[in-house]
Amino acid sequence: MEPEPDRGPEPDLVWMYRQMLRIREFEERVKATFTEHPGVIRGHTHLADGAEASITGSLAALRLSPGPGDQVMATYRCHGYPLVLGSDPKAMMAEIYGRAAGLCGGYGGSMHLADPERGFLGTSGIVGQGIPQATGVAYAAQIRGQGQVVLCFFGDGAAKQGAFAEALNVASLWKLPIVYVLENNSYNVVTRVEQEDANAAAGEPLAVKARAFSMPGVTVDGGDPVCVYEAVASAVSRARSGGGPTLVESKIYRLSAHGNIIAPPGVPLHFPEHEAVAVFGAPEEYEAARRADPLVRMRERLLAEGVLDAAAADSLAAEVREEMAAAVEFALASPYPPADAALRHVYA
Amino acid sequence: MSRQLPYIAAIDEAIRQEMERDESVLYFGQNIATTPDDEFLKAFGADRVRVTPISETAEIGMAIGAALAGYRPVVELYMAEFMLVAMDQVVNEAPRFRYMSGGRVSVPLVLKAGYGFTAGWAGQHTGSIYGMFTGVPGLKVALPATPADAKGLMATAIRDDNPVCFFHHYLLTLEPGEVPEGEHLVPFGQAVVRRAGDDVTIVATGAMVGRALAAASSLAGSGVSAEVIDPRTLVPLDMATILESVAKTGRLVLVDQATRHASASAVIAAEVADQGFSYLRAPIRQVTALDATVPYSKPMEDYILPDEPKIIAAALSITGAAPEPGAGAEPGEGA
Repeated sequence: MEPEPDRGPEPDLVWMYRQMLRIREFEERVKATFTEHPGVIRGHTHLADGAEASITGSLAALRLSPGPGDQVMATYRCHGYPLVLGSDPKAMMAEIYGRAAGLCGGYGGSMHLADPERGFLGTSGIVGQGIPQATGVAYAAQIRGQGQVVLCFFGDGAAKQGAFAEALNVASLWKLPIVYVLENNSYNVVTRVEQEDANAAAGEPLAVKARAFSMPGVTVDGGDPVCVYEAVASAVSRARSGGGPTLVESKIYRLSAHGNIIAPPGVPLHFPEHEAVAVFGAPEEYEAARRADPLVRMRERLLAEGVLDAAAADSLAAEVREEMAAAVEFALASPYPPADAALRHVYA
Repeated sequence: MSRQLPYIAAIDEAIRQEMERDESVLYFGQNIATTPDDEFLKAFGADRVRVTPISETAEIGMAIGAALAGYRPVVELYMAEFMLVAMDQVVNEAPRFRYMSGGRVSVPLVLKAGYGFTAGWAGQHTGSIYGMFTGVPGLKVALPATPADAKGLMATAIRDDNPVCFFHHYLLTLEPGEVPEGEHLVPFGQAVVRRAGDDVTIVATGAMVGRALAAASSLAGSGVSAEVIDPRTLVPLDMATILESVAKTGRLVLVDQATRHASASAVIAAEVADQGFSYLRAPIRQVTALDATVPYSKPMEDYILPDEPKIIAAALSITGAAPEPGAGAEPGEGA
């Protein structure tokens, strides 16, 4: 499903719901691969369940065409963004399966998706280090002078990296066309945000960090794609008109553990529980988050507002399931790259 | 046409000429272009030439982003050690993006940094730390030893589609030399024979090239004909020229301002042992810095660094010639 090139000023609720379903279903297929096809996915995989509304609402604010489109950089938890930007889920799944037909030829894997033709310039697997890189993309956009805006996604943990402070200072100083989307899921790996963030410990939203860099900071409900869209679209419009950067804190709750699946050779498959349950003994917190699952909320809203009826919502979900099942089928049937391809692309 | 130009001015000239040639070349970093009469600012404007805060992670990270978006940034870092503040960006970001994307993006950028300022700058501004970058697939490393190479390697670095660490030697900053006017490109991966000889090969980089040449002159007085090779870039490394020379001389002395196990010397020694063992008629000798942080006090600083007597002693220890009276009295470490 390609995103519509011009979605107009108002976000299309059904389009948003479809994108949210696509992200969830793609990642459900990733998760299922571990049990249905053991050994096919290697290493560490990070899922974005719980962030679908935030990702979709943010990207809905971008201008993908005509003309030079807006650009995006993100983190190792990166499956959602290219899906919404229009990357082929077959190529994405093939990448995660390490196949030659993968989005990046099998060189990057789950943590390092990139699709520059769709404005997705890549990810850093090192917490916070993509923030200055996205800021450099925004510097390039400013020089090019064609009205491009950059969205930079990162988590609450990254906001304590020096890279965050250094980059936001320059972005504000130079009035760069960038929007920083801080996806605050309250946990940095297995540490709660109150344990490692002075603002959180003081009971303040993380968006107050923007004040230190003389830029606007807003906090939004990341479980509602329309709320996220409104905040990000306003920040994008400010950036596009030369007003400089904004920090948007999107409050989300990741519904899986930090690293969802860790399966080194010889170790039995292990799906860790969310840290609230496994580490902090707070299953009620996790259950509340599950009840507030953004996909459930969105479906209820669409039905309540009469945008979709139950049959239409079910058929949308069925279409998406079919799309992602085809991605799995394609990836499984794709050949691996030849071993000596490992020495290609080291240097340009 | 060429004329005399100091080493540092030759580098500036390369950046200026490349910026004239290609609008995508940017130049930014700390403490540059802070006044409107800055020559780069006047020539190229505030979009392409910018002063940055002292934020190496932001400077290098932003260079990566600008490169991903189609520009060719040159980052002025002043001192090689300042790159250590942003080691992740240099080692684990810039050289990884192209590979991890399966060649779908490129990161053409130049990190310009001085090194080796062993003139009383003490422990944190004097290192010869290029060895930290030579083993990183995806990075290139240039170490010019002359003003002409400084210009030609910088121009090549800017046109290269990969991240390049361009390390200029601080002790050479004001050294004058013949520098071609106009376009001057020195290809990466091509060593140059600075002095031809038959008895022993001496490989040196940066300011050590001058010391090796001085040692070679003295060795000639002892009847030892030394060939001096300057690799000019450590990545890519021109092993063919070195091996060809060793095939002729059968003896190898490696001179390196880095501490031994972090040196290019150790790498070249291993490659010659691997690929050219049968050429060798004597053990390889390494004249490197001794394993200490660079001390402030001059006698101690001198003690740990390679110098002409140490190079001479190392060469004589494997050529069997008697030392000239007064030259190379004590063998250096490894001799």
